[in-house]
Amino acid sequence: MNIIVCIKQVPGTAVVKINPADNTLIREDVPNIINPFDMYAIEEGLRLREKFGGKITAISMGPPQAVNALKEAVGMGVDEAILVTDRAFAGSDSWATAYTLSLVIKMIGPFDIILCGKQAIDGDTGQVGPGLARQLGITQLTYIFKIQKLDPSAKTIIVERLLEEGHEIVEGKLPALLTVVKDINQPRLSSLANLRRSGKQKIRMVVASDLIGVDMARLGLNGSPTKVIKIFSPPKRDGILDMIHADTNEKAAAILADKIIAEKIL
Amino acid sequence: MPLLEIDKDKCLGCGNCIDVCPFGALTLEGDIVVVNEKCTGCGACLEACPVAALRLPANKPVKAENLTEYRGVWVWIEQFHGQMCDIAAEILGQGRKLADLRQTILTACVLGYNVEHITKKAISFGADRVFWVDDPSLAVYRTAPYAETLIRLARLHKPEIFLLGASSRGRDLAGSVATDLYTGLTADCTGLDIDPEKGILIQTRPAFGGNIMAMIICPDHRPQMATVRHRVFEMPPADPEHQGDVITVVPSLTEEQISTRVTDFIQELDKINLADARIIVAGGRGVGGADGFEPLQKLAQVLGGAVGSSRSAVDAGWISYAHQIGQTGRTVRPDLYIACGISGAIQHLAGMKTSRIIVAINKNADAPIFDVANYGIVGDLFQIVPALTQQFKQKMQK
Repeated sequence: MNIIVCIKQVPGTAVVKINPADNTLIREDVPNIINPFDMYAIEEGLRLREKFGGKITAISMGPPQAVNALKEAVGMGVDEAILVTDRAFAGSDSWATAYTLSLVIKMIGPFDIILCGKQAIDGDTGQVGPGLARQLGITQLTYIFKIQKLDPSAKTIIVERLLEEGHEIVEGKLPALLTVVKDINQPRLSSLANLRRSGKQKIRMVVASDLIGVDMARLGLNGSPTKVIKIFSPPKRDGILDMIHADTNEKAAAILADKIIAEKIL
Repeated sequence: MPLLEIDKDKCLGCGNCIDVCPFGALTLEGDIVVVNEKCTGCGACLEACPVAALRLPANKPVKAENLTEYRGVWVWIEQFHGQMCDIAAEILGQGRKLADLRQTILTACVLGYNVEHITKKAISFGADRVFWVDDPSLAVYRTAPYAETLIRLARLHKPEIFLLGASSRGRDLAGSVATDLYTGLTADCTGLDIDPEKGILIQTRPAFGGNIMAMIICPDHRPQMATVRHRVFEMPPADPEHQGDVITVVPSLTEEQISTRVTDFIQELDKINLADARIIVAGGRGVGGADGFEPLQKLAQVLGGAVGSSRSAVDAGWISYAHQIGQTGRTVRPDLYIACGISGAIQHLAGMKTSRIIVAINKNADAPIFDVANYGIVGDLFQIVPALTQQFKQKMQK
């Protein structure tokens, strides 16, 4: 089975904060990480390979330092890694990112399944997965927390999909793109053997001129339909903490209940 | 090489741009700002420069189409099991305002099976026109049949704005539709407005787990598409007198052309889902175990709310992932959020800090949850939560 995993390098959690005093961004120098949801995608790829055999290719689009995310993926056990990096890709929004990734995937050759995290924790859009499925014209299955069954010869898959109201069982045809949520598995740590391999592994680089059939006008900042015009700090929570003190828990609970009722939100 | 160009002659070295860069791509070298590889070309710094020393390559419109051909505001009316979702009414309300500002009509796209009653509802919430697509193949949401039908309608009728809910279904659908139409899609918006001069849609959304807000436009592509977060816009009052045209439309795909089947649905949560919940009672590490959620469930029941949880309680196996609130779970915005035994890690706050009223109950007076709370009690949740349940039972009967 040919498995593709798309990963993104993101700033480590909680690195970006707003300084309330002067409204500026505070950045702690925390190292970049693989987007947490993409870790589940890598792990699911490894589990599928254990079951069905085959090859896993990890792809990341980003600046040159994203190579570290790919090395980490190799350390977890993926077979091949491709870094999609070029000045021509800089400033890509989710549309241009999905377009670029789709061209890279078309170059790799036939595949059975693409795994992505449900969204990245920096942009929080969750749009690249659906965009990629559409660009490639394959089955789209989002917010997956379980692969119930996969039949590579019949080219079918049965998954459980998380909705606001509960979850649903969906059957689909391969090739398919899945975006996965946290519940799907517990990502493994890198093994020593894989870590050694990741040090030696050559990461393949793809630049814009490598892409077959590319429309250069659809790449990067120029090809991105959306533009960020302003970044600002979120509105502060109004009101200050009213800490409730009383002799007994019952009295404290009574005071709190009255105050909540007075807010007229019940 | 980064995209951003810095005019060294103009740069004052004031550092304003360094402060606003979300990626840490700008640094001061001597008294001039330099840009490094972390730059994504997002443009956040451009406005911060007092002397216009920062520049991104000029954007050439790639679509030669006449943008003025695109008129009207569209809303996708999400339904589940044949009932219109709350989020659809919320965005109809905001869509109405945008349509009025643009002096145009509001169109609702109702897809489903036996959903004629939803067309009436959409009109009562402000739609002037409804595209009604009723077919067994649309009974349960699936990407392909919904996307293909909306893509065809959008190509034919050319809306200038198209809004969908930022739900699992809405994000699944919008990402597919916008890709095919080659247009901009802004995810999970918490603000939508019309630029009074240019007449374009200004979309505001949180990023980096809600730590920064970004304003986004889609200047050269149409429709301007956005998914909208639950419970950001108020549900408008239904007006049974409001009139609208219902236009019957056939779906674009037949059942045979669809590669997926939804075979079962399992309801895991109570009837109230977290995204739509007005009241949420959430538990964290402090509840101590699966049994520890029982008093929280009782309180939620009395208040008519839903039960949520922090990541640690989910990771410990005390409650299912569907309940998780925070960066790797759901983002919620209830009127009342009661955090019980939740310390308030930044990842959890990212998922709930825009709740209207936050109540924190925690043993530790220094827990960061109190920093965002409106009301707090320091103490044992196993004493306080049942007492609170009792109080509400008594007081709300009156």
